[in-house]
Amino acid sequence: MSFAVFAAATRMEWLKLRSLRSTWWTFGATLAGAAGIAVAVGANSKDASADVTNNVLAGVAPGLLLIGVLGVLTMTSEYSSGMVRATLAAVPNRRVLLAAKAAVFGAVTLAVAEVTAFTAFLVGRAALPSRVQAPGLGDPGVLRAIVLSGVGIALIGLFGLGLGVLIRHPAAALAVYAGIVFVIGELLVALASSAVNYVPLALVSSSIAVTRPSPDAVSAWPALGILCAYAAATLGAGGWLLVRRDA
Amino acid sequence: MSDHVIEVRGLTKRYRSALAVDDLGFDVRPGAVTGFLGPNGAGKSTTMRMILGLDAPDAGRALIGGRRYRDLRWPLREVGALLEAKAFHPGRSAAAHLTALAAGNRIPRSRVAEVLALVGLTGAARRRAGGYSLGMAQRLGVATALLGDPGVLILDEPVNGLDPEGIRWLRTLLRSLAAEGRTVLVSSHLIAEMALTAERLIVIGAGRLVADTSVAELSARYGSLESAFLDLTSASTEYRGAYDGRTS
Repeated sequence: MSFAVFAAATRMEWLKLRSLRSTWWTFGATLAGAAGIAVAVGANSKDASADVTNNVLAGVAPGLLLIGVLGVLTMTSEYSSGMVRATLAAVPNRRVLLAAKAAVFGAVTLAVAEVTAFTAFLVGRAALPSRVQAPGLGDPGVLRAIVLSGVGIALIGLFGLGLGVLIRHPAAALAVYAGIVFVIGELLVALASSAVNYVPLALVSSSIAVTRPSPDAVSAWPALGILCAYAAATLGAGGWLLVRRDA
Repeated sequence: MSDHVIEVRGLTKRYRSALAVDDLGFDVRPGAVTGFLGPNGAGKSTTMRMILGLDAPDAGRALIGGRRYRDLRWPLREVGALLEAKAFHPGRSAAAHLTALAAGNRIPRSRVAEVLALVGLTGAARRRAGGYSLGMAQRLGVATALLGDPGVLILDEPVNGLDPEGIRWLRTLLRSLAAEGRTVLVSSHLIAEMALTAERLIVIGAGRLVADTSVAELSARYGSLESAFLDLTSASTEYRGAYDGRTS
């Protein structure tokens, strides 16, 4: 299928994404949440020797939840509303459609997630008490921690999108998303299993959003690779099913 | 205009144990409204979904102008479809819905305002479509089908939810679209409506073809279109036995 068809599908998906109010509410809440948490964490910093960058990047946590949920809903709402019939009427090549959807969703959420991560860092840093040394963007690992946190959020969004393709029912897909991203992590913590280092939330908070890697956590770049694998797994399996299933 | 012919050959679809469409074959030609009649559950919607590539047939094929729907480069410019009401997101306005679909098939944006005016939705175009009445939803569906100014129209039960004025509006619209040389396939289980709208008829029962004829011929042979329909589809109507059995 030609590039023109993909380009047109991409334009369609962008217009669809931006014409829903829920998209903008989600992005607004992601940013507001990041700023709010970063200020709270920054202002309450006491330990000058702690990884302050990691602490204030806790602000991206709401975004991790919200953008993943938006990914799930972006796909499942096509099925729950019946929109998928109009979408597939316009772009019947389902591989092209999913590629366009993932490209648009990935690019838009990456932009929002980077703004979110930088907001969390800058706002959190500004709120630090004077006795705590403020980290600079040029300090070792700081810029990497911020930029990759944004990438991590976008990848979790794509993971959600892929889940929505696999499990077309909104409630079921959201339940599975919450289960994988949040519940399994808690469970593994309770079991004191080292597998907890590999759940999406831990990969972002303990491996990616850090300037000083802890010895038991996965290091930043491999962690990013694992997040890519999560997204690729759901999008790949979802795409395989999308092509074969009746819509 | 052979590129506007809908060609169905040996089309078969099985859902678990039930055969929804069974070796179905027919042609739909341009220039006339073709009614697609059958009792509820006869396989009309399934057939239309297979023509549009939404469901994959277990056997046979459905071609539009000699090609499968999924092989069309800009399908909305060749085929317009309305399958059930509400193939749109409730949070999006009619204008946003149509603008996105137009972009997906490189249809000029000016066409959005044209089809909105054509179906009488200009005033409601900026409102969230989730608040539309069933009749307005159907009009948005018709606008979506006409967006690409297609040569082929496939409409599943389009009069559902329309008021009498809307039904007459749609009837006139479909007949004029056919008169322009387009291929128009309209499903219904309402015989009286089909008698007024269609010239050609394809009647199916239990997924099989039972008649492929003209309205005039069928009415003449059976006295009325209603008796023709009931007679032709009687063998395949699920609930017929119980009531008839008790009274006779």
